[in-house]
Amino acid sequence: MHTDTHALDSQALDHETLEDVEHEHHHLTEMKVFGFWIYLMTDCVLFACLFATFAVLVPNTAGGPAGKGLFALDFVLTETFLLLFSSITYGFVILAMHKLKIKQVAFWLIVTALFGIGFVAMELWEFNHLIHQGYGPERSGFLSAFFGLVGTHGLHVSFGLVWIFVMLIHIAKTGLTETNQMRLMCLSLFWHFLDVVWICVFSVVYLFGAVI
Amino acid sequence: MKRFQTALIVSALGLLSVVLTGCDAALINPKGPIGLAERDLIYLSVGLMLIVVLPAMFMAVYFFLKYRETQGAEYEPSFTHSSKIEWVVWMVPVIIIVILATITWITTHRLDPYKPLEHENPPITIQVISLDWKWLFIYPEQGIASVSEMAFPINTPIAFKVTSDTVMNSFFIPRLGTQIYTMAGMQTQLHLIADKPGNYKGISSGYSGHGFSDMKFTAIATETPEDFQKWVQKVKASPNKLSSEADFNKLAKPSYGYPVTYYSSVKPNLFKETMDKYMAHDHHGAENESGTSHASEKGAAGHQKNSQADAMHHTGGH
Amino acid sequence: MLGKLSLEAIPHDPIVVVTLCVVGLVGFALVAWLTLTKKWGYLFTEWFTTVDHKKIGIMYIIMAFVMLFRGFSDAVLMRTQQFISSAGGESILNPHHYDQIFTAHGVIMIFFVAMPLIVGFMNIVTPLQIGARDVAFPFLNNLSFWLFISGVVLINLSLGLGEFAQCGWLCYTPLSELEYSPGVGVDYWIWSLQISGLGTLLSGVNFFTTIIKMRAPGMTLMKMPVFVWTVLCSNILILAAFPILTVSIALLTLDRYFGFHFFTNDMGGNMMMYVNLIWAWGHPEVYILVLPVFGIFSEVFATFSRKPIFGYTALVWATAVITFLSFVVWLHHFFTMGAGANVNAFFGITTMIISIPTGVKIFNWLFTMYKGKIVVNSMMLWSIGFILTFAIGGLTGVLMSVPAADFVIHGSVFLVAHFHNVIIGGVVFGCFAGITYWFPKSFGFTLNEKWGIRAFWCWLIGFIVAFAPLYVLGLMGMPRRISQNIDPEFHAGLSWAALGAAIIAVGVICQVIQFIVSIKEREQNRDLTGDPWHGRTLEWATSSPPPFYNFAKTPHATSHDAWWDMKMDGYQKKMPENLQPIHMPKNTYAGVIIGILATIFGFAAIWHITWLAIISLGGCFLAWILKSFDEDIDFYVQVDEIEAIERKHFEEVQEGLKAEGEEANYAH
Repeated sequence: MHTDTHALDSQALDHETLEDVEHEHHHLTEMKVFGFWIYLMTDCVLFACLFATFAVLVPNTAGGPAGKGLFALDFVLTETFLLLFSSITYGFVILAMHKLKIKQVAFWLIVTALFGIGFVAMELWEFNHLIHQGYGPERSGFLSAFFGLVGTHGLHVSFGLVWIFVMLIHIAKTGLTETNQMRLMCLSLFWHFLDVVWICVFSVVYLFGAVI
Repeated sequence: MKRFQTALIVSALGLLSVVLTGCDAALINPKGPIGLAERDLIYLSVGLMLIVVLPAMFMAVYFFLKYRETQGAEYEPSFTHSSKIEWVVWMVPVIIIVILATITWITTHRLDPYKPLEHENPPITIQVISLDWKWLFIYPEQGIASVSEMAFPINTPIAFKVTSDTVMNSFFIPRLGTQIYTMAGMQTQLHLIADKPGNYKGISSGYSGHGFSDMKFTAIATETPEDFQKWVQKVKASPNKLSSEADFNKLAKPSYGYPVTYYSSVKPNLFKETMDKYMAHDHHGAENESGTSHASEKGAAGHQKNSQADAMHHTGGH
Repeated sequence: MLGKLSLEAIPHDPIVVVTLCVVGLVGFALVAWLTLTKKWGYLFTEWFTTVDHKKIGIMYIIMAFVMLFRGFSDAVLMRTQQFISSAGGESILNPHHYDQIFTAHGVIMIFFVAMPLIVGFMNIVTPLQIGARDVAFPFLNNLSFWLFISGVVLINLSLGLGEFAQCGWLCYTPLSELEYSPGVGVDYWIWSLQISGLGTLLSGVNFFTTIIKMRAPGMTLMKMPVFVWTVLCSNILILAAFPILTVSIALLTLDRYFGFHFFTNDMGGNMMMYVNLIWAWGHPEVYILVLPVFGIFSEVFATFSRKPIFGYTALVWATAVITFLSFVVWLHHFFTMGAGANVNAFFGITTMIISIPTGVKIFNWLFTMYKGKIVVNSMMLWSIGFILTFAIGGLTGVLMSVPAADFVIHGSVFLVAHFHNVIIGGVVFGCFAGITYWFPKSFGFTLNEKWGIRAFWCWLIGFIVAFAPLYVLGLMGMPRRISQNIDPEFHAGLSWAALGAAIIAVGVICQVIQFIVSIKEREQNRDLTGDPWHGRTLEWATSSPPPFYNFAKTPHATSHDAWWDMKMDGYQKKMPENLQPIHMPKNTYAGVIIGILATIFGFAAIWHITWLAIISLGGCFLAWILKSFDEDIDFYVQVDEIEAIERKHFEEVQEGLKAEGEEANYAH
């Protein structure tokens, strides 16, 4: 009896019946999304550090400008809405994906990318504007922290954009395979995560900055 | 076994010879009450911890020898849990740590370097600036300054105001106790007192670059206030002056093992100006000399350090 | 075109030149040998491109030993210099050189010796102990390794091209800022750590996912072997702490390359923020290293006491508590910065609380031996040596967590003695025990015991002789990191310390001999059964070395001593029946490519060769994207191949059991 409960073969999983193959693939997909989720958590720590840095350096203006009056809130609000809309359109990507409608997926991916490009372009314009006023990151600790935090977020969005275009090629080549669906799910997590981070950036950097 | 004994003997001999040379070790034989309190604290903490550590070390050797396969001692593989033992091995360390934590709380406050010392004699103030790679001591009350040497009478509290015109260092006179970091743009404080006269070694104990090894100074604890006045007169007789920014910049240039130098006069506010050079804020520090405040950051942003620690606490803790 | 790079970058110091010549000759001989024996193809297809966690683990550990050699040479140089300088002799190392050496020593020992040893063990052991066939992300695992190698290459390049950092292993600001360190040294530090740190972070994601998602059926969290628990906690720490390192280094990079003011003295930088950030990573890092080692000791104590680990549940909880607490103690690294008494006392007390779960662990190991049947061998000796030295290290550690006591010993060689006490006595001894313990699993034969025991005694005695004097010197007021005109009163202690280093060197030589002798005598010491120590956990259920798929049939776990349970229930190794094809990942060269490109990027960034930096960084991302288009990433191992491998193992087991001349069912 004992041998039966413990022997390697009697209790082993028979992976390779046809159902199990499918099961294993599902398990792999789930594991990859889980792994990506874990990666996002580390990214979360990374942003937390940048926020802490920003909080410490806010008063360190070294005779340069403080946040008040430096940022155009309506401009940033437009940026915010671009990113929020892109999150909604990415929601449509996932809806279309579940219905396996490849053209819709591609369409909404492109719309998402356009919003994303708009966001990055506006951010770059703002950076350029500040630098031309003489308020670049080398001006003060506060501005260093501002460019560091906002720039890191912008860099993430840019990577997301590259990823969207890579995904367009992927689905054009192989269709909505299980792997590609998994990738779209990961990208979805990434994109929404960036949205959440931006909400924090908007509140902490711009809203507080305008008040204080 | 034989090898084990040899090992013990060799290490014991080694230790012994070093301990003998270390008998008059600076921290074991301090020359002021702060250092003495810190030494006693070290003794007390070590003694407390030995209550757990010694039995553990003994058990490690004893169990290992006793339960060797070849000894044929009792074998009971099912003995993997005992509430009694677990209770003891959790509770004993907990009790010791509770005691040690209480001691920690009390001594950390009592020996806080920012806390002025209560004494019948009035304190003297010495401003300390770490430079590449030497120490500048300014006596604002006497209007003099010196490099690589300082003096003060015994039984007189010394209030050190400390900053840096370069990277971080740590200002330390081992025989007197407590060290403190020196940081540009910030002022840290340290209160020490000597109760025996002598020439004590002073060092930087925080690495600061190539000249760090030679960043030494002598701290002279004079037996009487008169002896201290004599030293002051000696400094005042010096032809050297530190009365302009140019003088200071010349001194601040990196150098190795700077010789003892006296300055008969010193630019007023030199200490504050050195700090202000690295101002992080707009506010021109009216509250610079904010007494016992722990705000080592200058000016209005005095609470920055704490808020920074808090911020770090939040990111780190979750 | 070449940025800061010019012929000036080649050092002229005779010591360095001689070292370079020796390294060059050895390297040349190695390359020539590999070419003549036509080993490159084999290395590339079987090792460099492998996604097999066991091979990756072996490569990590081999690299750790190579770097240990370099780190140890640095230590010998430092001991020599301090010995000579305190005797009033002429310096053999000027500050510029000596400061690079102590910086490199710390960086190498932590990042390129201790870390790869730990990650190597994670790789070799974790999947086997949880009954998995691989890690969650095999390609990422290979990539992590190559990013680590990229860091190794960069830090070693600094030896012959330019200089290394001269600001201590954590490169405190503002000393590491451009104003005070204008050379490329800090940049070498930045990029070698940033790139290899990224590899570590990926490993963290990988192993966390592996342990959470890939355990054998039946293995609930509280049925995981202690080693797996410690690896899990260590990886949680990696996930939470390494991003902080990434940020701190990245911000320093922005300061140095783009004129930002995060940590500068002037313009609103805050240097203490760097110190806070780096230690918020740095203290958990200590536990990232030491927790898995606690796991190794747990395995060794249980196996060789022939008893299950005492107080498993307490041990697991102690590990979890340490994991959490390690994030709320970092400020104890700078009590002397002038934070208030409340802040100091808080961090002091949190620090000493960590000693409670750690102490409990030690008692658990002691009571594992209690009423056991202890097999005396080098692994047990390393473990006893560990408890003795670690107890001292723990004591001095708690002592330094009392702020007012720390006020006088902070920054002294007392501190140096303390952390070597915990790192050598803990991490290094543990890794040596682990190497002896799992060596037969990885290579199929056991290590020579005689030389192993000799190495242990040299290490233990050498360690005591080298570091006990440093405690005394610390009490005499000797600061760390001094190199010139050292006070003669420190000479006696430094002489003993130098002697200790020499004894340790003899220990290292013993270890080299141990490996040579073991390899020579491997036929006599074959591990045919796959279970040479009568082990308790699942890695001993398969052959030594295991087949690339680890287990022909996924085992079922009943407790944290799953394999022991099976044996106790009368299980004997037999030919598995009902075999099915096994799904396995294919080797890939993408990791090598990305690693090479990352190295080129690091090099270009260090020397400010902008165009090359842009191209190579772009290349990294392009390679990553192209890899995602590779659909040919896995295959099925067919039944006949598995059967052949398993039959061979089964025959070996029979032979081994016969040779041992003992009952197959030794448990009864």
